[in-house]
Amino acid sequence: MAVIEMRGIERHYSFGEITVRALDGVDVTIQEREFVAIMGASGSGKSTLMNVIGCLDVPTAGSYILDGMNTSGASADSLADIRNMKIGFVFQGFNLLQKTTALENVELPLLYNRREERVNAEARAREALERVGLAQRMHHIPTQLSGGQQQRVAIARALVTRPAIIIADEPTGNLDTEMSFEIMSLFQELNDSGITVVMVTHENDIALWAQRKIVLRDGRILREEKNALRGPAGGGAARAVSAFPALREAKTFLRVPLP
Amino acid sequence: MKASVLVKLSLRSILRNRMRSLLTTLGIIIGVCSVIVMVAIGEGTQASIHDNIASMGTNLIMISPYRGPNSVNRLVVEDVEKIRREAVYVSAASGVVRGSGIAVGGVGSWSTTIYGVEPDYIIIKEWKIAEGDFFSGRDVSVRAKKAVIGSTIAGELFPGESPVGKRFRIANTPFEITGVLESKGASSMGGDQDDLIIVPLTTAMSRIRRSRNLQSIEVSAVSENRMDQAQAEVEEILRESHRLPPGAESDFSIFNQAEIIEMASSVARTLTMLLGAIAGVSLLVGGIGIMNIMLVSVTERTREIGIRLSVGARRRDIMRQFLTESVVLSLSGGVIGILFALGAVKILNSSGVLRAIVNPVFILISAGFAALVGIFFGYYPAQKASRMNPIDALRAD
Repeated sequence: MAVIEMRGIERHYSFGEITVRALDGVDVTIQEREFVAIMGASGSGKSTLMNVIGCLDVPTAGSYILDGMNTSGASADSLADIRNMKIGFVFQGFNLLQKTTALENVELPLLYNRREERVNAEARAREALERVGLAQRMHHIPTQLSGGQQQRVAIARALVTRPAIIIADEPTGNLDTEMSFEIMSLFQELNDSGITVVMVTHENDIALWAQRKIVLRDGRILREEKNALRGPAGGGAARAVSAFPALREAKTFLRVPLP
Repeated sequence: MKASVLVKLSLRSILRNRMRSLLTTLGIIIGVCSVIVMVAIGEGTQASIHDNIASMGTNLIMISPYRGPNSVNRLVVEDVEKIRREAVYVSAASGVVRGSGIAVGGVGSWSTTIYGVEPDYIIIKEWKIAEGDFFSGRDVSVRAKKAVIGSTIAGELFPGESPVGKRFRIANTPFEITGVLESKGASSMGGDQDDLIIVPLTTAMSRIRRSRNLQSIEVSAVSENRMDQAQAEVEEILRESHRLPPGAESDFSIFNQAEIIEMASSVARTLTMLLGAIAGVSLLVGGIGIMNIMLVSVTERTREIGIRLSVGARRRDIMRQFLTESVVLSLSGGVIGILFALGAVKILNSSGVLRAIVNPVFILISAGFAALVGIFFGYYPAQKASRMNPIDALRAD
């Protein structure tokens, strides 16, 4: 079943006389449980596409159906609700609330949840943090955590509402190779457990973790390709790598994108 | 988002910038404090004036010889006699003259106010004699050099002994003390009510004032609900006594106590409102301070707003968050201001310089007003925060 169905998506920005077509007729279909990388040079429109997928931005034209819901013409409030319930964001700069504990950061989306007011936010947040392996760091504030740990908190925050998709914007952009590896392993684990992941990146070795690559140029899809090395069965390989520190070190040393 | 979460959130953000929050609320603290203290002083003054006038006598009607500028004093002793003789609704009437003088005798001298009155005056004023007697009507008719003194004079001139039967002089006229008034203590305005000498009206007119006109006539009505009749009656008698033709304007003014209280209170009320309004301006300035800081806070926290929007906060959630913050700021400033004001009022009252009365209802109103200031001045910054575009907000540093 398709989680994301985009048809003829356009996003124009007007600067006086000039109109920039950041997205110029994009069709994207992403199936449930898929792990997709969106690639492209800067200015290719990948960030705009991510914003539209994440309902942070509204397309100028085209139709976008997310998890069976038509987002066209949705009010600002319904878009907020969609972001709250259907989407989990992971950003390059982590975007955690400063001076706020990991637990409270993860609780944040639940505080804005209108459907499930009675959910025990704290228990859900603890569960999400345990899932990303931060059970021991719940009461630390972002400055007391490493970059990789901060990104894990952000992932836990994205997971906590049990969204239809997780959207990651350059999730490893601020991390060193080893931490990048940890984070990507985590994404793969989540994907293996059935969560749809859409990731924007400009790094090829990061994109290799995905099952499918969508490459943008000048607001259009340049090409789409399946990742032969990866695929639904490839998850085991990544787990194997993460299980063997020696392999991980080799990867770091060689700077090779091992699966 | 639940109200409790909002309050917790705003308290945390306020405590994160302690110094800044304190300085911001200082404007509200000073504003609320000064409004309450000023209004309390105004109300205290009003109450003092009321008590003062009320203590002037019971069911009192006062006749002043003047009516407008350039009027001539035509009140004489015969007017009082006529009132006493003819008025039905009047229980007591006395002519009054006042002067100041230095009483010399006993162990020293004392500068004081001298009242020339008739024996009825003690009824009008509800004075009590602590020792000795008041002088009699006969003393008035023979211009006896007798005096009743207040306890302050007794203490100053004759400390430690009974002044009754003793003598003292005012402007070389010797007076014999027939009685001492019961002490009344300080008045609500702070004046010493026992610092006076009372002598027979006629004696005062010939020896001290040296005038055949009265400074006022004071009259007690038989009861509170006969005040109007008594007033009309006195006016009629005086017009007759002064031989005024019907339709001519009276050559005196007549007030009853309630009117005097009303006049004085309206002045005090105006004063209260003026003081309150001036203090209110400082509250307004405090509100502007809150708006200023909230605007800074919104700009500083653009990224935070972006994060909240991205995880599904609605615009009104952001709006509420910042509004709650400004209301918590202004309300806590209001509460601190109220506490300071209560302290200031306590100090003022115990100092005895000014009387201040805090109306509990007014405290609630000020707290509500402080919260209102928070909403009013927090609205624009909160709206600014809620209108942010999530993408731009996330990109902010």
